[in-house]
Amino acid sequence: MNDQSQKPEHWTNISRRGWLKALASLPVVGVFFYNFLKKKAKDDAAQEAIMSELRVREGGPAFIPEAVSRPPGDRIGIGIIGMGGEGEALVRHAGFAHPEWIDESHEELKENPASKRLETYLNQEDLNIAITAACDVFDVRADRAIAASQAEVRSGGGPALGPATRYRRYTEMLESPDVDAVIIATPDHWHSRMTIDAAAMGKHVYCEKCLTRTEDEAHAVYDAVKNSDIVFQLGHQNRQSESHSKASEVIDADILGPITLVEATTNRNTTWGAWVWDIHEDGNPQTIDWEHFQEPAPNKVPFNLERFFRWRCWFDYGTGLAGDLLSHEYDAVNQALQCGIPHSAFASGGIYYFKDGRDVPDVFQVVYEYPDRDMTFVYSATLANSNYRGLKFMGHDATMEVSGTLSVTAERDSTRYKDKIEEKIIDPARPMFTYRAGFKGIDAVTSATEQYFASRGLLYTYREGRRVSAYHLLIKDWLDCIRYGGEPACNIERAIEEAITCHMATRSLEEGRLVKWDPVQRRIV
Amino acid sequence: MTQAEHTYTKFQATALVVLQLFIGWHFLYEGFAKLLNPHWTAAGYLADSQWWFSGLFVRLAASPAALTVVDFLNVWGLVAIGAGLMLGLLTRYAAMAGIALLLLYYVAAPPFAGYVYGAPTEGSYLVVNKILIETAALMVLVAFPTRGVFGLDRLVAAWRGKSEAQSLKQATA
Repeated sequence: MNDQSQKPEHWTNISRRGWLKALASLPVVGVFFYNFLKKKAKDDAAQEAIMSELRVREGGPAFIPEAVSRPPGDRIGIGIIGMGGEGEALVRHAGFAHPEWIDESHEELKENPASKRLETYLNQEDLNIAITAACDVFDVRADRAIAASQAEVRSGGGPALGPATRYRRYTEMLESPDVDAVIIATPDHWHSRMTIDAAAMGKHVYCEKCLTRTEDEAHAVYDAVKNSDIVFQLGHQNRQSESHSKASEVIDADILGPITLVEATTNRNTTWGAWVWDIHEDGNPQTIDWEHFQEPAPNKVPFNLERFFRWRCWFDYGTGLAGDLLSHEYDAVNQALQCGIPHSAFASGGIYYFKDGRDVPDVFQVVYEYPDRDMTFVYSATLANSNYRGLKFMGHDATMEVSGTLSVTAERDSTRYKDKIEEKIIDPARPMFTYRAGFKGIDAVTSATEQYFASRGLLYTYREGRRVSAYHLLIKDWLDCIRYGGEPACNIERAIEEAITCHMATRSLEEGRLVKWDPVQRRIV
Repeated sequence: MTQAEHTYTKFQATALVVLQLFIGWHFLYEGFAKLLNPHWTAAGYLADSQWWFSGLFVRLAASPAALTVVDFLNVWGLVAIGAGLMLGLLTRYAAMAGIALLLLYYVAAPPFAGYVYGAPTEGSYLVVNKILIETAALMVLVAFPTRGVFGLDRLVAAWRGKSEAQSLKQATA
């Protein structure tokens, strides 16, 4: 009390000169805020001018089919055909991780607490499915599928379920009433037969890319799926990537102007990336049904571990870069541009680095023409250099680069943005805006430092700021369509476009000539 | 007229005030710029961390909860320190907090020989960078306080019930 009553006295103790000194820096503070508000007003005006000019929404992509979570309905019985690396990943993203994977993830978490893979797995929604059947020609993998089907640590706290039944022939599996739908993750040379048979039995199909190994097979699969009531999804996870959805929005808003060139690339520089995958120590003629494995392959050879475990290196089982990586890039382009099958294709390449007995090229370039769209699509790949070149859509007014991040940079000589560039609202030396998955909104005024941190992988995407597996979303999309109807993101129409486009490249390489698509006969000529 | 004012020559006092205002200005603007950018986060800087503490910084960057706290403390820390220095309010604490914050930035990404960072820098640095220089400048301000020359600290002292002369004496002690 006493203390308080004394305070005013002390204030008066300060001389006039003292007050002046106390507040001496206020003019500088004033100058600071004057400049600060001026800069802010300028930045805001620039952002607003850019956004209103572009008419693209600041928020996340318009198309988020999973934004409204629907009750998972009745349990769907899934049969997994092919439990190699990809098959096991798909089963895991569907909510069934092999116990060894759980243990490894715990170990990884101990070493690196930043590891997110276990958390992402556990936070996935329970899709209310059961892995009821498993088919693999390699005993070890079939056993792994059975172990995964009984997983106790499930996504979304799902219940532990009974073991899957092993089938040695997928045809027997398709007859089982416990199987409502199948995930096909075998090498490409099996895809068509399995999909056709599944469609005939009314089983829904999720098939890994590439749709088929040959053009004829692609037509046969297309007809079979079209003549059935099954829900078909092709495994292109970019369909669920937030930045790829945003790319479609940018294209639809016509921000880039006339797009004359699209450049897609693959750059890898590891043996794994070149399909030199591990040969399992237990792989031998007793554990692998080799004759069954190579049954649909055009050339039969004696038992061969390399061919079994590294099948992508041979045309007998797949189409190399075309089916594995061009297919992804093309699908991303098709998703954004809806460009469909090209008019013509010319491909070239060779085996220039991995001279390990493979017969598919490790360096591969394709030029596709779309005269109806006044556009060329170029795909360029090497497996012996990892220089990141990304995916670029080049328009007269702007360039869009798509990866984990999406950025749009105005063209210096753009017609549409001429005035804005002259007014210095748009700077062609920097992106007009970037869209970063996992972050809310578009950033039109950003620093070089922040730009740098932007690009990261495709395996995971972000939904409302949360990391989710793109595979999981693609499987969920398929299951939702099975339960509630509708067309999955990468349906048979998109799938046939993907397959034909890839096969045009393979055919051109094989025959060393320009090949064309005959839209009337629906044949590559 | 008081003893304190004669401690520095006019030129010395001016130099110190200018130094303090410039550093304050820099902190304040760094804080506001981040505050007003909805996309800003320390994640990138932390994730790119090297040297002894990189494990800790990378872990912070990977945890959304920790990152929210880090971002909040960083932004408001910058604003508070900047305001303190510019207004001459709690100057000593502001300068020391500034030193602590800058040292965190420095150890997260020191420009040692052989360390390469993803983020582009606007200059060339080896061991000593502008962060370290600004740290040293704040040390100068701690060592040579400007409380006798300008700032609200004079009012704070008065409010606390000390006479002007006493507070200034303490300030220059």
